[in-house]
Amino acid sequence: MASFFDYFRSRKPNSASVAKERLQIIVAHERSQRQQPDYLPALQKELLEVIKKYVQVAQDDISIQIDNTDNCSVLELNITLPEK
Amino acid sequence: MAKIIVVTSGKGGVGKTTSSAAIGTGLALRGHKTVVIDFDVGLRNLDLIMNCERRVVYDFINVVNNEATLNQALIKDKRVETLYILPASQTRDKDALTREGVEKVLIELAETFEYIVCDSPAGIEKGALMALYFADEAVVVTNPEVSSVRDSDRIIGILHSKSRRAETGQEPIKEHLLLTRYDPERVELGEMLGVKDVQDILAIPLLGVIPESEAVLKCSNQGIPVILESQSDAGQAYEDAVSRLLGDERPMRFLTAPKKGFFKRMFGG
Ligand SMILES: Nc1ncnc2c1ncn2[C@@H]1O[C@H](COP(=O)(O)OP(=O)(O)O)[C@@H](O)[C@H]1O
Ligand SMILES: [Mg+2]
Repeated sequence: MASFFDYFRSRKPNSASVAKERLQIIVAHERSQRQQPDYLPALQKELLEVIKKYVQVAQDDISIQIDNTDNCSVLELNITLPEK
Repeated sequence: MAKIIVVTSGKGGVGKTTSSAAIGTGLALRGHKTVVIDFDVGLRNLDLIMNCERRVVYDFINVVNNEATLNQALIKDKRVETLYILPASQTRDKDALTREGVEKVLIELAETFEYIVCDSPAGIEKGALMALYFADEAVVVTNPEVSSVRDSDRIIGILHSKSRRAETGQEPIKEHLLLTRYDPERVELGEMLGVKDVQDILAIPLLGVIPESEAVLKCSNQGIPVILESQSDAGQAYEDAVSRLLGDERPMRFLTAPKKGFFKRMFGG
């Protein structure tokens, strides 16, 4: 049975679970960052040059990432094209 | 074959030196000839924690630079027969450590010692990289707190990529999580990350949980590795951890708060 005191206790947000959630997100992000191969920044730069020949894009309109699963790697390329 | 164990964390002040002293002493108490090396060049403290600060004549850097022999620099513990300390230099900085120099000292130590415990400095710079580079096993000291957990994950990444075992494609470093300064009461109140939370995030095997304990300060005041305080909770928790490191199975202790009386529960304390 919940007591009078438990009521006040449970009203407080459980800060430990907030901590866990935040950690899970940031740690997953940082792990994926450090698994990226060294050549990625150079590849990104060269791709940007090629794309610029055809459309007006800036450095931060393009993002590139490699995702490794068990038996294949996927190169993910995101380009935001300017509005017409 | 000597086993090289690095005690590391990324973050400072989480209990690396306390743990290095306890684990080194614990291994020696089991009859294994053990040396604990202080890699915190410029900020040596292991000597104080192990009560040999007044016996330091030569240090690790002197041996690296051939200014002293290993036997001149090694300090034999006065309490435990098979325990030795190799102190850090207080006057140089971490650039005095070279990979070749460290390797030379480790090779020589490996001729006579069974365990070489490396007390890492904080950070992810040269000193910490040197301490972990040659390791066979790593004890990742972590507090149940966001920045410590994040930094531990960072160090685990470095163990995976920048150690000798990683660079030469050998079997990876055996990793152990040592959760220290654990306060079961605050965990029960939802104010502190619990063992399972930290394990879920870091995903390496758990070596032990050391409770937040008054015994640690009392012992460091006197230069006694806390594992020698066999009545204390932290001492017993380290004792369990050393047993697990040696392959024994021990149930985890000190994971729940001692039961409090009615008034303490009502009004705190
Ligand atoms: N289990 C514990 N309970 C209470 N205090 C602790 C515990 N472990 C470490 N400490 C304290 O935390 C501080 C930092 O410990 P230390 O071992 O020097 O950390 P590091 O080597 O990682 O910087 C010291 O004051 C030490 O007494
Ligand atoms: Mg230290």
